Order: sequence, then C-alpha cells, then structure tokens
Amino acid sequence: MVAPALRVVRCGGSSLHGARLVFSADSKYLLCASGDFVKMYSVATEETLRLMGGHADLVTGIQLNPHNHMQLYSSSLDGTIKLWDFMDGIPIKTFTVGSKLMALYTIASCEDSVFVVIPKRDERDTFQLVSVKLTKAAGQDLEAKEWSVILDDVDASTKCTAFGREGIYVASVKECNLQVYFFKQKELNRFSVRAVKKKSGNNQFTCVVCHPKEDCIATGHADGKIRLWYVNFHHKKEYTYSTLHWHHDTVMDLAFSVEGTSLLSGGVESVLVLWRNESGCQKDFLPRLGSAIEYISMASDGTLCCTLHTDNRITIINSNLRFAKSIQGLIKSVNVKTGLVVDPRTKALVLNGEPGHLQFYCLQSDQQLFSLDIVQRQYIHQAGLNQTDLVKVAFSAQGKWLATVEEGEVAEPELQLKLWFYDEETQSFKLNTRINMPHEDHITDMCFRDMDGLEDDSLILVTTGRDCVFKVWVMVEDTDPEAQQSVSWSCDFVGSYHNYQAMSCCFSEDGSLLAVSFEETVTVWDSITWDLKCTFCHPPGKIRNICFGRLTSSKYLIGATDHGFLCCWNLLSCALEWSAHLNISVLQPDPLSEYIAAVSWLSKESSLFVFKPNEPRPVYIQRNLCRERIQLAAFIPRDEPETVGSEKYLWLQRSQLFFLTDTQELLTLSTKSLQERLTLSSKQLAVEEGLHATPFSLLLGKHRQLQSQEDTDLGKILVHNKCEQDSPAVKELMQTPAHVLPSASFLCPIFINSLLFSKENKSVEEVADEVEMESEKTEDDSDEERGVTEIEQGDTSPMELLGEITCKLSKSQEKELRKIRKINYSWILAF
Amino acid sequence: MATYKPLAVQAIPKFGDAIAQDTLYWRGYKTPVQIKEFGAVNKIDFSPVSPYNYAVTASSRIHIYGHYSQEPIKTFSRFKDAAYCATYRDDGNLLVAGSEEGSIRLFDLSGRAPLRQFDGPTKAVHVVGFLSDKYRIFSGGDDYSSDLWDIPSGRKIISYHEHTDYVRCGCANKVHAGVFITGSYDHTVKLFDARTKNSVMTIEHGQPVESVLLFPSGGLLVSAGGRYVKVWDILKGGQLLVSLKNHHKTVTCLCLNSSGQRLLSGSLDRHVKIYSTTSYKVVHSFNYATSILSLALSPEDETIVVGMTNGVLNIKHRKPEERKENSEKKRQPAYRTHVKGKTCTPKREDFCASKPVKNILRKYDRLLKSFQSSKALDAVLEPTIRLHTPEVTVAVMQELHCRGTLRSALAGRDEKQIDLLLTFVSRRVIEPRFTSILVTVADMITDIYQPVVGHSAVVDRQFLKLHEAIGKEIDYQEELLEVLGMMDTLFATFAKKTVTYLEDNKSNGLTETIQTNTT
Repeated sequence: MVAPALRVVRCGGSSLHGARLVFSADSKYLLCASGDFVKMYSVATEETLRLMGGHADLVTGIQLNPHNHMQLYSSSLDGTIKLWDFMDGIPIKTFTVGSKLMALYTIASCEDSVFVVIPKRDERDTFQLVSVKLTKAAGQDLEAKEWSVILDDVDASTKCTAFGREGIYVASVKECNLQVYFFKQKELNRFSVRAVKKKSGNNQFTCVVCHPKEDCIATGHADGKIRLWYVNFHHKKEYTYSTLHWHHDTVMDLAFSVEGTSLLSGGVESVLVLWRNESGCQKDFLPRLGSAIEYISMASDGTLCCTLHTDNRITIINSNLRFAKSIQGLIKSVNVKTGLVVDPRTKALVLNGEPGHLQFYCLQSDQQLFSLDIVQRQYIHQAGLNQTDLVKVAFSAQGKWLATVEEGEVAEPELQLKLWFYDEETQSFKLNTRINMPHEDHITDMCFRDMDGLEDDSLILVTTGRDCVFKVWVMVEDTDPEAQQSVSWSCDFVGSYHNYQAMSCCFSEDGSLLAVSFEETVTVWDSITWDLKCTFCHPPGKIRNICFGRLTSSKYLIGATDHGFLCCWNLLSCALEWSAHLNISVLQPDPLSEYIAAVSWLSKESSLFVFKPNEPRPVYIQRNLCRERIQLAAFIPRDEPETVGSEKYLWLQRSQLFFLTDTQELLTLSTKSLQERLTLSSKQLAVEEGLHATPFSLLLGKHRQLQSQEDTDLGKILVHNKCEQDSPAVKELMQTPAHVLPSASFLCPIFINSLLFSKENKSVEEVADEVEMESEKTEDDSDEERGVTEIEQGDTSPMELLGEITCKLSKSQEKELRKIRKINYSWILAF
Repeated sequence: MATYKPLAVQAIPKFGDAIAQDTLYWRGYKTPVQIKEFGAVNKIDFSPVSPYNYAVTASSRIHIYGHYSQEPIKTFSRFKDAAYCATYRDDGNLLVAGSEEGSIRLFDLSGRAPLRQFDGPTKAVHVVGFLSDKYRIFSGGDDYSSDLWDIPSGRKIISYHEHTDYVRCGCANKVHAGVFITGSYDHTVKLFDARTKNSVMTIEHGQPVESVLLFPSGGLLVSAGGRYVKVWDILKGGQLLVSLKNHHKTVTCLCLNSSGQRLLSGSLDRHVKIYSTTSYKVVHSFNYATSILSLALSPEDETIVVGMTNGVLNIKHRKPEERKENSEKKRQPAYRTHVKGKTCTPKREDFCASKPVKNILRKYDRLLKSFQSSKALDAVLEPTIRLHTPEVTVAVMQELHCRGTLRSALAGRDEKQIDLLLTFVSRRVIEPRFTSILVTVADMITDIYQPVVGHSAVVDRQFLKLHEAIGKEIDYQEELLEVLGMMDTLFATFAKKTVTYLEDNKSNGLTETIQTNTT
C-alpha cells in the first residue's frame, strides 16, 4: 500500500480582509472572502455553514448577483470571476479575465457586465476600473476578454470606488482627488481637496460611499473627517460639501443605511459611529468593539449591519446600534508573543487574542472558546501607544495553574507575573498571585515543572530574564489557617551564569533537571539542590531553543543555535552526540512521543524536519511547507491514536502538528487525501438542508445518518432489525400532520422519554457496541478534517446509543400515539 | 462586547499587622477601670455561674467583686498573713484559699466564717483548687508537697512529696475527677492521679514553673515559666507540642478564653499576649502599666481582669454590640411600595430575567472614560484622594502617561494648582513605589513651567522644596549603596569558593563538534 503524501491543510485564521462582507438577500447568511475561499456564516447561529473554494489566489471581491439573489460573484487575484450558487455551494461559472482583479462591483442596471479594478498594463501601481462583459455562453469555464475602461488611475482598494444610486454614476477617490463619472453623459468630473499635512495626519481620501437615494457622496479621510459632497453633478465647477468630524484617526469605512437616512462610520478607535443627520450634531456610538473596524456592511433590508475588524472578527449589530453577535475564529493579534500553547484541560490552542487577552481557540469547531482578560486594563485604540500586553504564557501539566507575564513600557519596562488558579466552581481561571517586576528586564522564557503525578507540592515555575538571572518560583502555603488564600507564590532561588542573559529554559521529562540557556551556553541544573551540574555550548551563535528528549531518548538535550546548528548533547556522557547544519526557527517536542519537530527557514521557504534525538537522521522531511514563514508550532494530543498508513508517519499517531505562519494562518498536516475530505464535506451538507442547525434538527440528522448507515450495513441483521423502528416516537411525531397533533404538553413527555436510557436495555447496548466501533471510525475521519468546513459535530456516540435505545422504550407510547392519530383522522374525515 | 474597565490601582501589600478579626475583637473593650488593692494581686478567679462575680486575692484579703461594681460586694479577711489562690468551686457556692501561715480555708459564699480549715502544711500554701468531683481539694505549697484533702471529713487523703522545690501552681483535670497537676520551682510539672501513690507523669519545663493550665479536654497542658510558654500533649506521654517565647520577662499567668480558641498569657514585662490555639501565633497583645501577676477572663469574654504587682486591679469590660438600627426604623408606605416584589424568592421552575448590573464608576474613571485628561487629574488631586489614597493619584498619572496625555493634562494650570501638584510630587517622589512615575511628572512640570519660574513666590518655593527632597533622597541612596558595598565585601569573604571545574567543561562541546565534523 502506498502511503498518501502528507498535505498541508489550512484550518483557521485566514484573513477575512479581502472584501466587504455581503449579507444574503434574506439577511440570514453572511458571506465573506477568507483567503482563497468564500465563507458563508449563518447569522443566527454564527456557524460557518459553507466554505467555497476554487480560486487559486486571494479573493478580492464578492458581490451578490443583482439579478439572482441566490448567486454570488467572486473575484480573485488569480484573474477569474466565479459565479456561485451559494445556497448549494456549487460553482456555476468561471470567467477568466486574465489580469489580477483587485475589486469587484455589480450594479443592477447593467445586464451582463460587472466592474472590476485591474492593474494597468505596463505600469506598476496604477489601476483602472473596467467593465467586463460576461458572456452568456454555455459551459463552465468561459473567457471574459471583452472589457472597456471606465476610469483610469483609481485606487486598488475596494473601498475607494463606489457606484451611485441606480448606477447613474461611479465615484472613485485616490489620494486627494475625487472623480465622478456619469455613464449616460459619459462625463468625468474631478474634484480635489487641498492637501494638508499635519502632525495628526493628512486629509487624503480613504473611502467613498454613495447615497442610495440622493446625489450625495460621503468620503472618509485619513485625518478622521467625513465629507459629504452635494454636487450639482451636471455643472462641473459647482460643488459644496459639509464636514463631519469625530474620528481622531483614519476613517476606515463608511456605510449609508438602506434609506440613506443615516451614515455609519468606523475607524481605528474601534467605535462605530452612527450619524443621524447631516449636520453631525446627532450621533450615536457603539464603543469598544475590540479592534479597528475595517469594513462596514449593511443588510439589504436594513435590520442588521456588520463590521469586520482587523483582528478577523465579525460583529453583527442590530439596527438600533445594539451589539448582537460576534463571529470569531482565530483572533488575529498584532504580534503573537506568547507562542502556541496547548491548554491541557480543554486541548484548546492558547495564544494572544485581543490586546491584553488570552484566547482559547477550539480547533475542532474553528471557534473561540473564551477569552481570558489578563491585563485587566482599558485598552486605548490609538496608534503609537505602547500599552501593556501579554508576552508569555505557561500552563502546569494538568492545567490547574496558569502563569502569564505582561509587559508594558512607558518610562521603563514594567513587568507583571501573574499566577492564575483554575477554579472548578466557576470553571475559569482566578488570579492567585501577582508579582510586580519579577525581573529587572524582559522575561525571555517561562516554564512549569511538568510532573503529572505529584503536581501539587512540587510545582515549580522558572522564569528567565534578560537581567542575566533565572528565578525559581514556588508555592508557599500560608501558615495562618485563618487567612483567606491558602497558597501564594514566591521566589525560591535565583541563578545566574557569568552575567550572560538567560534566554530559554526547559525541564527534563521527570523534572529532575533544568536546562537554562545563557546566550552561547546551556547550563543544566539539579532541580532539587539547584546545583549547576554541567554546561554545554556550541560556540558560534547564541542558543535559540532548547528542549529535552522524552521517553526513550530522555538522556538527550537538543539545542538550536543562531548560526544554524542543531545540536544534540548526551546528558550521561556530557558530550555532543551529533549536530546538523540547519537554521531552525521553531523547535517543538511532541509531549506524547519522543519525536521532535523542527521548522527551518531557508531561502524563502519553510521546511519541516521530524527526528528522534537518538538518531541524527530525520524521520520525516517536508520541504516547502508553505509560502509564508512559519512562526510557531504546537503538537496537539489526539483524543485517540490515529491509525497511520506508513512507518513514515508514525510521529503523527499520537498528536497532530499545527503551525502558525506570520500572517497568522493556522496550518496542519494531514494524511487524508483530498477526495476523502470532499466526500465528507458533502455528507455534512445533508444535515444543513434545514435552515438552522438547531439542537433538534441535529438530533434528527443523527437519526437519519444512523439509519442510512445501518441500511448499508447488511452484515448486522440483528442490529438492523432493531433499527428499523428507529425511535418511533420521533417518527410518529414527524409524520403526523401538525393540525391533528395533540397539544405540545402531551407530546413533550413522550419525546423526552424517548431520549432517556433504560435500565433493562443492557443487552441491546452490548449488541450495539459493535456498531459503535464502526461508527466511531468514521467519526474519527471526520475529526481529522475538523475546522476546515464542518459545522460543529460534537461527540456523537451517546446520540447513537440513544437512537437504539429509544426504539424499545417507546413502544407503548407509540401505540398511544397511533391511537390518537387514528381518532383524529376519523374526526377529520367526518367533515 | 467589553464594557469600560475601571482603572486598576496597584495595591501594595501592607507591611506590619494587618487588621485581622482578632484585632477587632480584642479591641472591643472599653477603657479600663482601676481598683487599688492592698497588695500584689496574686489570683483572680471568676465564678463559673452567673452573675460571674470574681474573687480577687490580694495581701491578706479576698474580695468578691460583682460585674460592674467597683466596691467589693463581699470580703473575707480572716487571714493573719497573706492569702493565696482563692478559687471557686464549679457550682460557684464554695471558695477555697491557701495562706501564708499554712492553713487552707474553705468558705461558703453566703457565710463569712470558714466552713472548714485544713491544717497540716507547715509552710505557706500557694496553690489550692477543687477537683472536678467537688468533694476534694488539692493543694501545693512551700513544703514541696502536693496534697489531696477530703472536704466532708476535713482530712488529708494523700500527700505526694515528689517536687524538690516550692509548688507554685496547679490545675485540676475537668474530665477525670482524680487527676490534677502541679507545677513547681524545680522546673517540673507533675501529673498526679489520686488512685496512685506516685506521680503519673513528669514534664520538664526547663524553668521554674509559674503557671500551669489544662485545656478543657484535658489532653493538652500549658505551662509557663521563665520567658517560655510551652504546650504539651499529655495523651502522647507529655510530648512538647510547641514552645512560645513571646515575652521578654517571666510569664506569670495563663488563661484560656471561653471558646478555648485563644490562650492568654500575662507576664512581668507588662504585656498580655493572646495566642491562637490552632497556629500558636500571637494574634493580639495588651499593654499594661506595671508587671502582671494574675489574669482572668470572664465567661463569654465579657471582662478581662488583670492584677498587677503594685496592687492595681485593672478591669476591662466589653463594649456592647452595636445594634443594627434598620429594624427599628419605621417603614414608610413609599418604601413598602418601592420594595414590593423585591423580596420574592424565585422558585425552581421560574425563569429569572436579570437586570443588567449598573456598575458605578468613580469620578476619575468617568473622566478617563470620556478622555478628559485634565479633569481626571483634577479629580484625583482633591484632598480626599490625594491625602488618603495617593496610589490612586499616581495610578491616574500613570494611566495618563500610558495614553500619552500626561503633558497636556499637566499643562495650563494656575499658581494654586501648580503649588498643589508640586507639594504632592515633592512629598511622594521619595516613596519607592511612586518614584518612577513621579520623576516623570516632576520632569514634565519643570519642563512646562520653566518659563514662569520667578513669577510666583509660591511656585518657586515649591520647586526649591522638590529640589531639596530629591537631594536628600540621593544622599540617602548613596549611603545605602555604601552599606551595601560593605556588606558585599563581608559576604564575599564568608562565601565558599565555587567549584572551578565548570570552566574546563565549557570547551567540551566545542571539541566534540570538531570531532563530529571531521568524521
């Protein structure tokens, strides 16, 4: 059997900033461009319903087809426009334009053409707005070479061009110029504002929108002003404008309400401003939306609007400017300083989220589980402020303790080390100890002594700092029994080595040794007596990363240096075992096996090396992992070991490797082939026939799934028989016409009863076990592809059990229901 | 969606005694009442039954005081010489006392003349007490013996001659009738059982024992002698549990509070210390004018009575508990309608729709929220905040500095405000926790107001004050550094020579690399 090659799968975090979000015509779905894909969210449940892929490069524009609201145009940098049926997720047509498409616009009055912004031939950085005729020929892949230039020299950004009411004119801004083109008159008007450069910024245009009913154009400027232009468009020289000013920084986007009565604006301040009338004296605010507002879009019926933020979060806002929901996947933070950490409790990925917060990101559902406020200070959204942010995070082995370091720099570095205790009652972390200025200078690394067995009393935290020391923190019990808090943390030992800066630290698997790297030297300390045991060094270059081997190779210490060496030292002989010339940027040991993954950055490509410390030859090499530079990596333990096809991929058996690139996209490696993925995703779509995935519909979906599975499974007749009458109560409930159903209060106990486990049903359960095994395997597969397309699947096995048990339980109730049904029918017939 | 987070004011752990529950509890006594006795008060004993009168033994008299009376309600004065250790029986009807002449007298509280007189000891009897069966009395005295007396017959039951020095204290076990202990100047505490001929247990205290005490359970024994208070576990065969050395002169008396949770010790060093019996830490201490000889605590801790060497009896009564006055207030109809429906407790099946909690912001927070930097700074320069919680003022300054608006907040102030600011800065700049930000503030103020120096005498004076404060602080720091340097040299000479082979090891990695590269 030939093992399938490992594929790099994107599983979250791609940028949503390609284009404005688009609401579907009924405002139930939200469409957005996400990297190379188009994503569809449900507004009601915030779930990702569909992921439409097909573009080969970044999607730059999405627009509903004005003539068919079930269809969607999308444009991409790869030079194609695709027409989708987004309800079914099927690409209908692909039009190849041939040059990079920067933005896409559609208007209702143009029958068969769309407008795109493309780069001008032979000139760099100049773009033009063209209208592209989309041929109506049959076939999927069509050429769309027929285009005509409408405006020259426009800005590439999709925000800088807007179409006026009924498509009469188009307005476009670039730098200090506003140009308006009338289609009928074929007339071009140009206006400009005087360029003013101030300390606070210039008055260049940043965005433009057109009033949906009147001849009015709103433009946003880099100095925070909004200008409303009432132009007598027919006379070139006459124009008037009024100014609205609230933003102190760039106006990022503007949007008129559907009737044009109010204007929404947003900017870096992360405040959504609603201007009620043109004078600007009546305005409402929705403050503290989390991060800078990138795009604002309105639903066509005006009930909702949504903002897309720079950190990839979508906020849905009611028409009365009330916060309704937010859709958040992997929150993009300015700088992931904490690294990728795995929460041992939830198996969630933990990293910097919103400024000052720690996000717990669930890989399975591509959703943020929760966000823990670490800094607990108001964040001011203003450019150029150096505010306190989270820089380091460490979890203890069982997730009971969390240590965080935050850093701010106003006059001098301001550090805080905080230790959080997991409170079982509230199910969240509670601040236990706060240490001001744990080190004199920046903290470079931090780790807990990871000992599963004896966590409580032997828990030790080590921090290393640029102030040339490492510090050991231990829990001290408060001797006073009447004190409120029983434990707190305090410093136990301070170690240093020749006044070198301590760069990183790491405990051995059994916790007996601590390795601390001091610039060029690695020192190994006894963790009980805090004696210096031995030192290693590999002279050219400072040590970048260190880690101990695990399990059988626990006698090795691995280190990566700045000058491109990967060294492996034997702790027993205190000698260098082997070294390799590799420029390692990420070194990540698997917590469950002895494999270590190293990612190198060489000649603009990232390569992955997986090796065991006891042999210098890598187990697995993958060159050219991705285009971007890989910043961080983490092994996430699998819930159950995966069966891997070949020897080569044994290292993927216990845990899965995730990478975070510098554009903050989350990647993983999968052994599954592409086909498997597709079939799986299409299967899931069956569940989504209904509009919303309510718990009830999901439950029904499970029943249906189970049934179809059983039907194919002819071998298990016994179980098959049982499942023919799969949850009759529910079936009856569904089949009986609604108007003859008894009252809901009568049906409810029957339905609830059908969900209960019965005690006398043990034997059925045992029989069912076999089936479960089968189904679990398929579940497992789908687990692998998590996060890419699927909606939340959850743990289905109890559900399946449920289905099997209900059949026995509800026989009497079934009879009852039938009786009712019969009676009711006769009653109807009498009429 | 996030709400506005109020400014986090850095709390600094307070050094010194935190105000604990204990402190509050033991502070809850009124100013003491002092009564002058004829001589040193050697024993105070509370009647175990209400109204909790107490017997005070001083010189040749025993006075019985009532709860609030300052005059004795009864006096026994038929002693030729000093009386010792007047002790109540458990039912509060009888009182027994030893005396210098060697006799033990038993009094009825209603009578005046002694009911019984036990003669026999040839020397002074310093300690007497009832056993818990009420019919026997133990005594100890200067003749080194510990005796047991029968009340009905008035005869000696048994005599133990085991101590080798004066017996000065004793205590009966409350649980087992025949068991009592005596402490002596021979540094030992002996445990006797009336059924045996010899002592059951001997505990070496190490100093002349002045006072002994048994816990109500009878399992723990506390002995005081010299500067030490020691707690022993009798059930473990007299094992030392803890040794407390919190007095700097001889500890003369011991006492437990009514709940048994606190142990009190009085000493010649004029202090009464209160220990927690769980942690054996001092939780509170009282100061008195002169050396303390005896100490007693009434049931429910209502009164602390302390007797001194100079014959002064110091009585402290507990303050009455402050009553909540809410219940006494008349409810007005408007209030009742206001309250209507609010007292309803939700049943289990009810859905609770909670009202959004309105969090009230402080004034400076409100101003910070609306980015009014100058006003926020004004708000925290109000005397209440500036004087009592300077950390809030500094936190706001820090926040403004973070936001980059500190300079504009400081600018544009008049003479009075600058005066105020500078006073604050020059007073607080030397506090280490404020230094870093206040130095920046001082810097900015000097920067901003440099052009107007010389225009106002008030501001000039403040500048000079600031200069002086900083100069002083620098001198102080220099001195500290000098001391540190001296200490460093001292420590360096004390420290062991570190192992030197580390240096050799350093080359290890390098040579290995070369080897692997060549092979």
